[in-house]
Amino acid sequence: MDFLVFQYPMITIQACLDGLLLGILFALIAYGMALQWGVMNIINIAQGDLVILGGYIAYFMYLYGIHPAWGVIVSPIIMYFVGIAIYKLVINKVVDRDLFISILATFGISILFMQLMNFAFGADVVLANSGYGTTMLFDNNVVLPNSKIFSAFISIVFAICLVVYMKRSKLGRAIRATAQNARAAKILGVDTEKVYAATFGINAALCGVAGALISITFTIHPYMGLPYTIRSFMIVIVAGLGNLPGVAMSGMGLGIFEEFADYILGTEFRIGSVFLLLVLILVYRRFKLSRKREYLK
Amino acid sequence: MNKNSWILYIGILIFGLFAPFIFPAFKVQLSILCVLIVLATTWNIQGGEMGYNTFGNILFYGLGMYLCASVQVGMFFPLAEWTESGGEKTFVHTPSQFFQGMAAGLVVAAVVPTIVAGLIGYAILGLRGHYFAICTLGLGVAAGEISGGIEIIGAGQGFTTPPFPNIGGLEARGEFFYFLSFGALVLTFIAVRAIYTTRFRLILNAIRDNEDKAEAMGIETMKYKITGWMISAFFCGLAGGIMGGLVGYIDSTDVAFDGREMGVFMVLMAILGGKGTLWGPIIGATLFHFFKEGFWTFFLGWQYVALGVLIVVIVIYFPEGLMGWLREKYPERFGEVVDEADRKAQVELK
Repeated sequence: MDFLVFQYPMITIQACLDGLLLGILFALIAYGMALQWGVMNIINIAQGDLVILGGYIAYFMYLYGIHPAWGVIVSPIIMYFVGIAIYKLVINKVVDRDLFISILATFGISILFMQLMNFAFGADVVLANSGYGTTMLFDNNVVLPNSKIFSAFISIVFAICLVVYMKRSKLGRAIRATAQNARAAKILGVDTEKVYAATFGINAALCGVAGALISITFTIHPYMGLPYTIRSFMIVIVAGLGNLPGVAMSGMGLGIFEEFADYILGTEFRIGSVFLLLVLILVYRRFKLSRKREYLK
Repeated sequence: MNKNSWILYIGILIFGLFAPFIFPAFKVQLSILCVLIVLATTWNIQGGEMGYNTFGNILFYGLGMYLCASVQVGMFFPLAEWTESGGEKTFVHTPSQFFQGMAAGLVVAAVVPTIVAGLIGYAILGLRGHYFAICTLGLGVAAGEISGGIEIIGAGQGFTTPPFPNIGGLEARGEFFYFLSFGALVLTFIAVRAIYTTRFRLILNAIRDNEDKAEAMGIETMKYKITGWMISAFFCGLAGGIMGGLVGYIDSTDVAFDGREMGVFMVLMAILGGKGTLWGPIIGATLFHFFKEGFWTFFLGWQYVALGVLIVVIVIYFPEGLMGWLREKYPERFGEVVDEADRKAQVELK
């Protein structure tokens, strides 16, 4: 434990900037989770594993000599079909069942993916080197890898594209209608089955983008999926469903929290502090809600 | 309780007492089976009876494991030096020290998780549905990550529990741990069975079916939920303490707070057997243990793939479990009154 972070203001700035750039990525994953949660009422524990799978696609392109940044285009296309396949095989059987059933089923998918990735790609921590170099700020005291700036920029581009798509396109309207009231949408001629499949596919594609970006900015490992799921879950419950600016804000907040936890508590407690924060947020939310219930009484 | 069930219980008890001598090669497997049954049965108090699907009972299991081993070592030797030496034979327990330490350790391993459950229960059990499930999942993983960073209990390199004293060799070790875990199983069964005959079970079922309505009927649901969780924690801690001694080595994320394995296993076992029944988790755990050992032997390397597929298949196609299926097929055997005309009409409808 050391408290360097309080002694040198530059480290604080560094942590904040790192956290912001990281948080934008988290927000992208969380947006996918909010989408499927809102539309299908499913919490996908395998979300993080989809992210890691997307990362491995970019990593493989890197191994074969293609610049990993192209993974941002290729990975979502592949992941879209992976998502559709998962939906057809498993999710469509649990959509309208008890929520715990869907949590457990996606937990099974998560274990399956984790192990398959472990077989296919090995248990090493890997990263795809983008070769973008670094940017120095404030008299060379703050170091920002350009890949992080690139990934934050791409995340924002994808998020904006998605928002526009959801507002303007026919499928986007159908998805929003289904989220509001699935039954009414069905009566009015929306093929909800197709909408669900598309939603899950879009979510997987977003995970693919995020994974490709993570593989060039950070590292990926087959077993690193669950923390991403937990982070996105946390961001969604803090922001609320369908609150896009909220998702972005709480994503960035979480990123900054993590960077500071890393500096103050030490790297070995980083993941642990994320999970503890989740528990604390849920408990806080529970007391807030129970106060509301008391008003009703 | 009628005559037949007495015969059944006494038969199982006698079989349990002689099992390690009938199958001497499977003593460790039988001990693990006993622990698994304890975990599944106690999970069922939450998931089956109360409708609170928790992934967090692993917290008490791992806590019990670490506490039992720490007390067993700490009573006689400095704990920090023990974990530092990583199981080197610098300190050796005499037989009497080992058994005293184990006894004290198991008491602590059972009591402290119960207190912890009571303390966090008020905050955690107020959550509903999937918030509760994810929160308990987070709790288990957080405990694993944090205990992996604490130096005095071995941090990342693990904690070697005291080896069995040099009396009677491997045979005596197997028998000792078998009877310990079988004792825990019998204790759990008696306790859970006693609970299930009282009003307490009805209250838990009322909470599962409709919590708000139960509250409106004047039941202090929170009190009963916490009590239920504390009962679970007691037996989970006990099981964890025994399992720690049995495995002989504690790692923070792979043995103790193993949410990916044991934490899911206990849910699966209860669901496989049929949640919300007394015998379901027991049958489910037995079946699951056979499945699992089969996977681990025949698909070595692919066991987690098989496990993932198994989870998905059980959850999608078999959510009511074995007991649920039997209940639908032979409702009379479960003491349900069946209207013949109604049943015929249903068969025709199908």
